[in-house]
Amino acid sequence: MAPKLPPQHSLQQSSTAVAGGQSHHEHHAQPKGIMRWLLTTNHKEIGSLYLIFSLVMFFIGGIFALVVRAELFQPGLQLVEPEFFNQMTTMHGLIMVFAAVMPAFTGLANWMIPLQIGAPDMALPRLNNFSFWLLPVAFILLLSTLLMPGGGPNFGWTFYAPLSTTYAPPSTTFFILALHIAGISSILGAINIIATILNMRAPGMRMMDMPLFVWTWLITAFLLIAVMPVLAGVITMMLMDINFGTSFFDAAGGGDPVLFQHLFWFFGHPEVYIMILPAFGIVSAIIPTFARKRLFGYASMVYATAAIALLSFLVWAHHMFVVGLPLTAELFFMYSTMLIAVPTGVKVFNWVTTLFRGSISFEPPMLFALAFVVLFTIGGFSGLMLAIAPADFQYHDTYFVVAHFHYVLVPGAIFAIMAGVYYWLPKWTGHYPHERLAQCHFWCSVVGVNLTFFPMHFAGLAGMPRRIPDYALQFADFNMLSSIGAFFFGVSQLIFVLVVVLCVKGGKKAPAKAWEGAEDLEWSVPSPAPLHTFETPPVFHRTHPSE
Amino acid sequence: MTEYEMVRKAGVQRTVIRSVAALIGMFAFAFALVPLYDVFCRITGLNGKVDTTAQAIVHEEVDQSRYVTVQFITRGSAGLPWQMSVATRQMRVHPGQAAEVEFTFTNNSHQESWGRAVPSVSPSNATAHVRKVSCFCFQEQLLQGDERLTVPLVFQLSRDLPEEINTITLVYTLYPVHNMAMGASVNNNNTLGDEI
Repeated sequence: MAPKLPPQHSLQQSSTAVAGGQSHHEHHAQPKGIMRWLLTTNHKEIGSLYLIFSLVMFFIGGIFALVVRAELFQPGLQLVEPEFFNQMTTMHGLIMVFAAVMPAFTGLANWMIPLQIGAPDMALPRLNNFSFWLLPVAFILLLSTLLMPGGGPNFGWTFYAPLSTTYAPPSTTFFILALHIAGISSILGAINIIATILNMRAPGMRMMDMPLFVWTWLITAFLLIAVMPVLAGVITMMLMDINFGTSFFDAAGGGDPVLFQHLFWFFGHPEVYIMILPAFGIVSAIIPTFARKRLFGYASMVYATAAIALLSFLVWAHHMFVVGLPLTAELFFMYSTMLIAVPTGVKVFNWVTTLFRGSISFEPPMLFALAFVVLFTIGGFSGLMLAIAPADFQYHDTYFVVAHFHYVLVPGAIFAIMAGVYYWLPKWTGHYPHERLAQCHFWCSVVGVNLTFFPMHFAGLAGMPRRIPDYALQFADFNMLSSIGAFFFGVSQLIFVLVVVLCVKGGKKAPAKAWEGAEDLEWSVPSPAPLHTFETPPVFHRTHPSE
Repeated sequence: MTEYEMVRKAGVQRTVIRSVAALIGMFAFAFALVPLYDVFCRITGLNGKVDTTAQAIVHEEVDQSRYVTVQFITRGSAGLPWQMSVATRQMRVHPGQAAEVEFTFTNNSHQESWGRAVPSVSPSNATAHVRKVSCFCFQEQLLQGDERLTVPLVFQLSRDLPEEINTITLVYTLYPVHNMAMGASVNNNNTLGDEI
């Protein structure tokens, strides 16, 4: 996925100056080998680093998931100890959320936002380098806890106190440190993205002219700035409870474990939108391109995204319906959660209406985007079922919840990332991805995802609890299906790696405007995009009068 | 540097300063939520948090027309070799009537240790109507090795207890008291509850 470097740039260092000033800077000899990647301040190279890191972590987190699924293939304890099983469910969640999905979106933002708004680079290129290189540090530290005495984190990715304080393994302090570093990385990335979008747009491009991927990322970055400090606060309190004798979450000293859940989900619910809003942006770019129509309801898409982001601060306690909330609170959080279905429905409606009477072709990015719309909507509907407080008492902590959030995260966030990768690969590498192989990857993924996660709905409704290595016999068939699906899905992701590697190495040459219906600014630069683009700001032509 | 670039640079600086200010604000807000949550719970009685200071008996007419069942649950905790038992598992009282029930603490180890029983009331909307006149839960307890201690709980349900409540559960959970929390209230801090 590394960008092809045109020869004239190969001896020049990418600029370290604040964007806009680099044309006046003298160029030093570019460092070679590893130092080039350690020191790079180029948004395209850093974007590629983010994406490669995310792909590696996707496979590591995937292997953890396969350990879980292998143990659950049959009832009884066969392969791993329950303690290790708990570490696997926890690490799978943590790695996928913080090391796979979030860096993938940041990588796409790094690559595409400057290109889509006509900026020469991100606003703060050196900060950009720093925020990427924090990530390997954080996750090597996190993964190393698996080798420590007492094992790694085993309390679930939500790390509820007192499981994560009083009863936690000794490695928890390392887990906290790793999460702090990853959090700093996200925050710095978010500041950079906001600074870029607000200040670096091509002259003449107004906010309401920005592509939706830029808009959704702007809103996501605001969410990150609002809630990552809360996460940092929570884990700092945990750190003090564990090591310095405070009692934030310890009832013995006047604290309250339920407070942990309130604080965690005040971060956690906006966090799940952080993982889906950029996906909305990607899909909103792909569907108009391959339907060869303008996106229906651009302005309503922007407002719907903002509405979802604002509502995300008012719904956190729907994760805690069974902690003993008073009736008023149960009702408030139930209705506010259901309210989110309205702006989300606006978005799904707009995508479907964009497709209506479109001249649709089914290239790989479009296949993934269409699967996103259908399967994400299924995940949204099971979310509505979970939002009903009295029904949630039945569903809480069962596999129904697991089915729900995997439907919104795997065929939701991950499919959108893959759609984005297939969509922009021609721009990154100058070659189209191999069509047949990409189709094969798509169909294997769709079958695998549904085979893995659809049976979980039934197992959950029948009462199978989450995070338990053994289960009652009546759940055996559903679990066997899920496990087969999981291994099928996992192996078929190797096709994705193959397609990407082949595409970097060669393939059908792509022109600057790689897709017939693509309109945004990134398609005006050559494919592959040279290391430096838009060094003089482009003139932005409004392709359509915005409302 | 052109004027356009200068404007851009100033804009980036302004954005960064505002973002960092928002960050610091949200970090502080997370910590501010801890006391806010506590105050919120105490005012509304949510979460079963009761006053941990003694209240005076209010002499009001006893409501003879209704009975309320009060249940007592005691729970031990890891790390404290104590047993806690209650003279009666449940009793029936009229709102407004003062009642007394005896709790017994037994230290099963041969060493003295400090512990504390933390109360909780369920349902939470009854919390504000349970008036504790005297309770062992107001402070830490010291038990010598093998000591057995019987202490009373004197309480009163207020007359304005909501109509729909006819059972109230009082839960006491024992916790060891660590060195840290003890400094203020103990002079000889040689043997204290062990860390979990």
